[in-house]
Amino acid sequence: MTIMTTVLTPASAWRIAAEVVDPEIPVLTIEDLGVLRDVRMQDESVVVTLTPTYSGCPAMDQMGDDVILALTAEGFADVRVDFSLTPTWTTEWMSESGRQKLEQYGIAPPGPKPASGPIPVQLGVKCPRCGSLRTRSVSQFGSTSCKAHYECLACLEPFDHFKFH
Amino acid sequence: MSAETEPSVTVTDVELDAELTSTGLVASADEAEYALRIGDDSLILAQQLGWWISRAPELEEDLALGNIALDLLGHARNLLHFAGTALGKTEDELAYFRDEHEFRSAWLFEQPNGDFGHTIARGLLTSAFQFELYTQLAESSSPGLAGIAAKSVKEVAYHRDHAVQWTLRLAGGTDESRSRIERALINTWPYLDELFRDDELHERFDAAPRPSALREPVMNVLRQVLAEAELDEPKTSESSGDGRHGHHSTYLGPILAEMQVLARRHPDASW
Repeated sequence: MTIMTTVLTPASAWRIAAEVVDPEIPVLTIEDLGVLRDVRMQDESVVVTLTPTYSGCPAMDQMGDDVILALTAEGFADVRVDFSLTPTWTTEWMSESGRQKLEQYGIAPPGPKPASGPIPVQLGVKCPRCGSLRTRSVSQFGSTSCKAHYECLACLEPFDHFKFH
Repeated sequence: MSAETEPSVTVTDVELDAELTSTGLVASADEAEYALRIGDDSLILAQQLGWWISRAPELEEDLALGNIALDLLGHARNLLHFAGTALGKTEDELAYFRDEHEFRSAWLFEQPNGDFGHTIARGLLTSAFQFELYTQLAESSSPGLAGIAAKSVKEVAYHRDHAVQWTLRLAGGTDESRSRIERALINTWPYLDELFRDDELHERFDAAPRPSALREPVMNVLRQVLAEAELDEPKTSESSGDGRHGHHSTYLGPILAEMQVLARRHPDASW
């Protein structure tokens, strides 16, 4: 038997849910990502609201399951996860500490909103390994939905860039 | 964790919840019909793009086309789920257990992958269309459609960027690549017109942009891209495709057969 010591409040539920990590980028918590939107008590249940990063991101189901496992392990008996599309998730919700953790992990963090228009314009992305701005986009589509594939022209290493969304 | 502390919520229930993108919104009959039209477009294109994985000209394109397919599948899931709230069906029931005449996809989305040039030309037209559509639909008075559109348009912007870059690259590449993208655009162009035809749904349903109102912004973007690529606008006749009313190109049947066979052979199977 596990001894339950957690006080079952919305605040403690938030703290527990906030520690769940992105299964594909395990240095980022769902709080860092801005995916954790709301935690509330509804009668005897905890209702956690997450918002998807990308519409087809297969990690979302995993994050939802992990939130339920984390909360039930701490004594919350009845947990529900809702997914909400609005307001629409943006990389601008990513925490500053999340951005730093990403860069240390070797993924260039998302930049500001790029100029819009049908003819693409490239913005400089800093290499997370050597810090050079002499980089080029290999493809806007990388190893997961949220990442683009870049190459550093200074240190010649390929790297992932968490693209603006 | 001991057996006593195992979650009382079963994962299956939770996955169902998650699958339903639970917004608590229930679609009206017209919202559902509209969501099926644009959801089927994305579903059929996603199914086709998946074919490219391991077959694209380079690894980066396996990833790009696979990622685009994944985004489109996400849009289709959201839209079919929303439609399903009016029809009393799950997104899986709608995807796997409707027959061909019940699908609402437009012919452009059913056009075959062809060579890489054809996939790019089709992607240019579909993404230019979806970008304008979702941009306008994000302002819809229907919260369900507006939420899905606002989410989708950000992803479609990357799809359009991908198609535009490749159109420019193929047009400015070798004689071979240029002739391939030219031929692909000529073969794909006739299917644009169907996307801009209003019908009885739009007479009574004003929560979605009229297809005819999308023609100008979409064509403006396509003409800008053609000008940049120094390609002529194809002078083709218009296809008589009428997928919105269940009259489909010959390509849809085989696509559905492949997409649906597993679910129909093993109903309710899960893993």
